[in-house]
Amino acid sequence: MLTSRALVRGLKSGFWRPLSSTSSVQAAHGKDMSPDVLDPSVPQYNNRLDTPLSDVPFVRNLNSEQRQLKEKEKGPWTKLTKEEKIALYRLTHELTYPEMRRGSSEWKTVLGGVFIFLGFSGMLVWWQRIFVFGEVPHTLSDEWVEKQTQRMIDMRINPIGGFAYHWDYVKKQWK
Amino acid sequence: MFRAAVRLSVSGARSLTWTRLGCTAPLAQRCYSHGGKQETDDEFDARWVNYFNKADIDAWELRKGMNTLIGYDLVPEPKILDAALRACRRLDDLASAIRILEAVKDKSGPHKDIYPYLIQELRPTVDELGISTPEELGMDKL
Repeated sequence: MLTSRALVRGLKSGFWRPLSSTSSVQAAHGKDMSPDVLDPSVPQYNNRLDTPLSDVPFVRNLNSEQRQLKEKEKGPWTKLTKEEKIALYRLTHELTYPEMRRGSSEWKTVLGGVFIFLGFSGMLVWWQRIFVFGEVPHTLSDEWVEKQTQRMIDMRINPIGGFAYHWDYVKKQWK
Repeated sequence: MFRAAVRLSVSGARSLTWTRLGCTAPLAQRCYSHGGKQETDDEFDARWVNYFNKADIDAWELRKGMNTLIGYDLVPEPKILDAALRACRRLDDLASAIRILEAVKDKSGPHKDIYPYLIQELRPTVDELGISTPEELGMDKL
């Protein structure tokens, strides 16, 4: 029993302290965000289409004019101006539904990056073609291929379904 | 009525013809996998209206109820939303009231005629309680 208590105390001082001090630091800085944003063991605010009403409001630490607005909210809502209503909404929710559904233009960046890298690779390949590879073998020159083709025709290569079949030996041209 | 009419799943595509106003809808097909009595549309609606009509409803119950309701494959009837908006009023929570309206519009998905119908039905309540719709506040645009 005693050892477990000591263990818990040790844990509290050694391990949990950084988490709680972070939240108190945040609160001290008076950020509009909930101070528990780094503490996952406490209900969080989140923007979700399928959860319209989040566990906690977006703005937890209200300054005095926000508190006044909250007081006014307790009266008839017909007395609130449009700006006040929008302000009340934004206190509880960070994003509206259209804002949640809004996409981003990130895909353009991604596609652009892909093309840049493809282009760069293409440049490398082209440079390699010019500066690294030597000449092709002489047997691929036009002159050689001409003579080679003539020889293949004379030899009647594949006379049934292939090469020489396509040569018209009477008219001496390709069919 | 609209629950069966605007089923957002594949089977709902077949019943798209039922989205015309004033049509009577077939009974709900709540598929409890193990026999049991099937709940009708009206029983479902009554249950939810009862839930939100609780006089001393607390904020957690409102949130839980709304989040659960939005999780179903249906757009809630105006009478359920009316009860929910009144619950927001009892809890002095205008932001949630506006959020509920946004949520049901989003829930209608591609069926653009549902939300105007809901607003039309809820107009007396909305005016009485002083709730502005998201459109009136310009929050439906980015």
